[in-house]
Amino acid sequence: MIEAHGLTKRYGERAAVTDLTFTVRPGVVTGFLGPNGAGKSTTMRMILGLDAPTSGTATVNGKRYAEHRAPLHEVGAMLEARAIHTGRTAYNHLLALAATTGIPRRRVDEVVDIVGLRDVSRKRVGGFSLGMGQRLGIASALLGDPATLVLDEPVNGLDPEGILWIRTLLKDLAAEGRTVLLSSHLMSEMALTAEHLIVIGRGRLIADTSVDTFVSGAAGTSVRVRTDEAEGLRRLLAGPDVSVASVESTVLEVTGLTSDRIGRIAADAGIALAELTPQQASLEEAFMELTRDAVEYQTPVREKEGQAA
Amino acid sequence: MTTTTIPAEPLAQAPAPAARGHVTQARVLYSEWIKLRTLRSTFFTLLTAVVAMIGLGTLFSEFTASHWQSMAPGERARFDPALTSLRGYFLAQLAIGVLGVLMISGEYATGMIRSTLSAVPKRLPVLWAKAALFTAVVWVLMTASAVVVFLIGQALLASHHGMSLSDPGALRMVLGAGLYVTVVGLLGVAIGALIRNTAGGIAALFGLLLIIPVLGEALPSSWGNHVNQWLPSNAGQSLLALHHEAHTLQPWTGFAVFCLYAVVALAGAAYLLKRRDA
Repeated sequence: MIEAHGLTKRYGERAAVTDLTFTVRPGVVTGFLGPNGAGKSTTMRMILGLDAPTSGTATVNGKRYAEHRAPLHEVGAMLEARAIHTGRTAYNHLLALAATTGIPRRRVDEVVDIVGLRDVSRKRVGGFSLGMGQRLGIASALLGDPATLVLDEPVNGLDPEGILWIRTLLKDLAAEGRTVLLSSHLMSEMALTAEHLIVIGRGRLIADTSVDTFVSGAAGTSVRVRTDEAEGLRRLLAGPDVSVASVESTVLEVTGLTSDRIGRIAADAGIALAELTPQQASLEEAFMELTRDAVEYQTPVREKEGQAA
Repeated sequence: MTTTTIPAEPLAQAPAPAARGHVTQARVLYSEWIKLRTLRSTFFTLLTAVVAMIGLGTLFSEFTASHWQSMAPGERARFDPALTSLRGYFLAQLAIGVLGVLMISGEYATGMIRSTLSAVPKRLPVLWAKAALFTAVVWVLMTASAVVVFLIGQALLASHHGMSLSDPGALRMVLGAGLYVTVVGLLGVAIGALIRNTAGGIAALFGLLLIIPVLGEALPSSWGNHVNQWLPSNAGQSLLALHHEAHTLQPWTGFAVFCLYAVVALAGAAYLLKRRDA
């Protein structure tokens, strides 16, 4: 369980994180989502006591991280893939970390096997690929068999096989009752891995909700209708909470009505439909929608053609 | 219908933790020992320091012995056989000082410091462990090297006022060479932790030890005579003077002053390590 209360971090004038309050619960994978520069890493560093909050608190299992006497057993963290001295071998890196809390050599061998680095564990980390570095980071996070895992962008640099591996691993760890918090700016990855989402933009909380609610609640859940009598249907569908956009001359994009209702209206009017497809906004679109105003480095907005609000 | 657990349904309870080892100063010390002995660069730098200490001292002693006949009488009178054999400390301090800075700045450069401080979030045990470990390793190596090169050097100089360890001041100088280089290393660790950047740390360390004394020489003697003896390296090197000279500190007083510099720097490093974001 990770709890943040009014967490704020300022660097001089610039606020990196402002008044964040959220709870990360055990048993599910929680995604920590936000555009680059939103404050995800800063928040994670504050959770781990690496950065001191300007105000507010972050606790792990009821205590500030630094107050835990066996921190590696409480929280396994992977903050940056390369928080590792490049001149040391993977095995010795893990051995040195393990020694701080008396974790036996046997456990080091175990985690090396779990992340699949056995063949290269005696090689120096400087020669590791990005993906191998990520695996080593995950190995260090798992060392103390912690009840809470905090992983910053764990899928960065992993190949498809590695991504699938970590997705399964994280879900298994959560299913064992652990608290799993992982950050990402890849919305599609979150849709597949996380059940719960904490979304931030410009250091502020935007959403704290389940992935399902996030997607269905986001604007843009629409129905695609194809018919030769598009203009006629458009007039029939018009209403106070309904918006209809013409994508092509025969295709309508309807928001505010269910596909059942549209089908019924068309049938009553004797209009033949060639297509009637409910379209769920992807997590990606939902995210863009929510964080449009909260993107630190924005590219000039290009409106989608034919899309009405 | 029987109730079945849906496989995807998580158990909403944390697993029972395995045996929990607390972080202790001894464990952090052991962890730092693993770190120290698992970097090749550490080994080679320490080797360099030993070779510098023994090799240069041997070379100077041999050179002096073979040129004794051509030396001017004044030069012979000022000749200090102990210091001649221990001269290598001047080069050894470069290797040890750099390694001291790297003990901590190296972790900042690679990002390792974040792993280290996540494992030991109270932070100070890491600084104490690094300082203690490095000091111990350097002291053992440098003292042993100093004894060895003193014996070699005096053997080479035997026919020209060679000394033995039992001569007045000799033992103090031999131990002094090891101690001086050790405290240079400790100062390096502290400055590495203060500045957190390798290039900056090395520049600051050797600026303090080697450049400032040279600048001090440029002061008018009415000032310089008072100020210069208190500068870190001048104070520390009083241990290596066979005879006490004017405007220098007494050997052990000087060394105590040098240690004080290192302790103050280490205290500053501890304060900032605790306060600053990693």
